[in-house]
This record gives sequence, structure tokens and C-alpha cells, in this order.
Amino acid sequence: MTYLVDIFLIAISAALINNFVLYYFVGICPFVGVSRNVDMAFGMGCAVTFVITIAAFISWAVTTFVLIPGAPLTAWIGGFFLPAEQASAIDLTVLSYVVYIFAIASSVQFVEMYVRKFFPDLYKAFGVYLPLITTNCAILFACLTIMSHVAVDNPSDAWDLGRALALAIFGGIGFTIAIVIMAGIREDLDFCDVPKPLQGVAITLVVAGILAMAFMGFNGVDSGLRKALTPSVQTKAALNIDGDKPVLAEWSVKNGVEKL
Amino acid sequence: MADEPTPLERFIQGIIPENPVYRQLLGMCPVLAVTGNMKAAMTMAGAVTFVLLSANVVISLIRGILKPHLRIVVFTLTIATFVTIVDRFLAAYMYSMSKTLGPYIPLIIVNCVIICRCEVCASKQGVITAAADALGQSIGYGLALASIATVREILGAGSFFGIQVLPAAWPGWLIMALPPGAFFTLGMLLGLVNLITAKLNKEKS
Repeated sequence: MTYLVDIFLIAISAALINNFVLYYFVGICPFVGVSRNVDMAFGMGCAVTFVITIAAFISWAVTTFVLIPGAPLTAWIGGFFLPAEQASAIDLTVLSYVVYIFAIASSVQFVEMYVRKFFPDLYKAFGVYLPLITTNCAILFACLTIMSHVAVDNPSDAWDLGRALALAIFGGIGFTIAIVIMAGIREDLDFCDVPKPLQGVAITLVVAGILAMAFMGFNGVDSGLRKALTPSVQTKAALNIDGDKPVLAEWSVKNGVEKL
Repeated sequence: MADEPTPLERFIQGIIPENPVYRQLLGMCPVLAVTGNMKAAMTMAGAVTFVLLSANVVISLIRGILKPHLRIVVFTLTIATFVTIVDRFLAAYMYSMSKTLGPYIPLIIVNCVIICRCEVCASKQGVITAAADALGQSIGYGLALASIATVREILGAGSFFGIQVLPAAWPGWLIMALPPGAFFTLGMLLGLVNLITAKLNKEKS
């Protein structure tokens, strides 16, 4: 039960409260570039969700089994050359960025081949944007968030695959929601009398600001839901749940933006 | 080589005429995310400068052996290496700043500005041109970050580099410090830049 609540809160948090685009500002380039019509925006959102899920799976597996200190695979290979306690202390987290970007680049390549083979029309519509997913910050950001929850000091706090995938899938869905809403607004914006200097990207950003304000309304929903879903104070104490801590936003509390 | 830009041209181009943020609209994520105050923005600009300069120089040195279909992978792996160096450096010497910037330092890897410069300049031209180009683009990027951070910090907290500049009675527009403020500021500044450009062009013709 606690586990399901956890998954549910991670999902809500990733999709709405801490929306990738409107809260963390990742994936702005496709958000501005591909949001001209709803169909393409939806296609882009689906592609990103797909890639983000694969990349999250790879990065979770690599982090858990290879990168963190005491990871089974590294310890096993290291065991051939080093004494056991040294082998289990090998810390490869410094390599994480290189490994993640490699995982993302290869999964994008895979998705590109798949889409070209089975959805040729969609492939033509994407054009240059499909390979550009490699440089979409949203995907690397999801990998990094998962890493920050796997490489923790206390092994029992580490996220398992279910939590990692919940974050990735619903982060992708949140991205899709944001980009589709934006595309809908921009389609109507074409009929508006926008001042000349603001036309194009500038007005898109201002609209995104208003959208971000709307999404701020979701703030605090997660702690409220957690309270509602956790049976009683005694159970909460017994299960050792931190009631008011937002699931996804440990670092953002310390973020300079928040501090002001 | 005759029609390729010289180092000086590359350097000047990067600052205003081809400003990465306002003209090319690249690398928006950190521009929005870390500009809540000047200190964070300037640290970010420093990190980008180092990564861009190193990556440009390295790519320019190995441009002879680059295979066209593998070049993007080589670019990203080179950039990822230098970003790891910056990240470790910040964690060692500026720990609180490293915490504040959080995931946005690793996200430099996927910053389009750097990949774009590797592609446009470093993979085609010599080391000196590439270095000049990197410096020019970095200064342009730093200026853009500074302009947004100035507006946001002064309106949001009434301070500049942490020093109080507006009277204490200033209420501080919280919205400027929050995510929506970043979008508004960048959108309005972009409009302002477009307006000025249009005026200048009209005077010229």
C-alpha cells in the first residue's frame, strides 16, 4: 500500500506539480520549436515519453548494477583483480554523465529506426526533431533525477525500478500535456493581434509563463494527497513516512530560485 | 579558406550579432532556470565558458579524424567529459553553489549552444578560430544570462549580487523569482531586442 501511494505520488508530482517544462525548464527547445500544431506536438510528446522510458530503464539499471559503490556487477568484475572489500568500494558515479548521454544517444537511434520502419509518415513529419531528442534536456534530466535517488547513502532509501519508471513515464506525459496545451494556444494565437516585436518565440514564452502560473496551482497537492492516502498518524509513524516532503523536489527547496 | 570567418570576426559575431540566446534561441533551459540571482547565473556562465572553450579546442584538434556519421556522438562524449570536470570542481570548491545549480550543471551536456558551435565552427576551422569563437559565444551567453538575472533579481528581491539596491520598502515581486517570472522576463527581453533590431534596420535603410 505504501509502495503504491509512493508510486502514485511520484507520478502526480512528475506530471503536474513539478512539470518538467513549466517547473524545471527542461525540454524548452522542442516546447518552443514543435508546438505549432497540436498533432505534431502530440507526436513529439509521445516520442519523448517513449525515449524517456527506455533511457530511464537503462540508466536505472546501469546506476544500480554498475555505477554506485557496492554495485553487484562492478564488484564481481573487480573481484578478479582486487580483494573483496576494495572491489565492493569501487565508485564509478563520476562516469555517470558520459554513460547516460551514451545510453540516450543509442536509444534515440533505436527509436528513429523503429519509427522509420513502422510509421514512415510520422517519421517525415518529425524531420530533424527526432534526432534532436538526443539533446532534449528532459531525458537527461530524468536520468539524473533517478540517479540522485539511486545513489543515496542509505541503500534502503534507493529507488527501485518501479519508482524510476513511474517518474520517467509520467514526466514524459507531463511534457506531452504541456506541449499539447501550448500548441492549442498557439493555434489560436495566430488569429490574435500580437505586437510586432513580440511575435513568434517571445509571445510563446510569455504564454508559457502564464501556463506555468496555472500549473503552480498544483503546489502542495502531493502532501495533501499523501496525508489523505496514509491511514492514520500511528500507521504513518510505524511506516516511517515523512508526511510533508514533496517527493521530487529535495534539491529544489535549496534551489536559489526558491530561496528568493 | 578565403571566405571563412577569421578569428576576430568569429569573436565579435558571438557577442551581439549572433548572440546564442537572443538571436539563435539556443540553450534556453539554463537561461530560464539559473537566472534567479546574479551569483548563480555568473557561475553558470563560467561553467559554460570552460566547457565550450575546451570542447571547441579539442574538437578542432581532432577534426581531421572525425567521421561524419559519428561526429555528434564524439561531440557529446567530449562535452560530457568536460562537464564532469566542471561538476567535480564545483562540488569540491563551491559546494553550496553546486547544490544550488543542482542538475543544471550536468545539463550543460545537452546545451544546444555547445553542440552547435562544435558543428558550425570547431569541426571546420583551426584551433585559434575555434577558441576565439568559443570565447565570443561565451561572452554573448554570459551577457544574456546577466541581463535576465539582473531583471529578475532586482524586481524579485530588490538586490543585485546579493547587495540591496532598492529601498527596503520594495515588496519584492515573488513571481519574478518563481518559474513564471523567468518565462515573462525572457519573453519581454526578446521582444525588446526584436524592437531595437527593427529600429536599427530601419535607420540603416
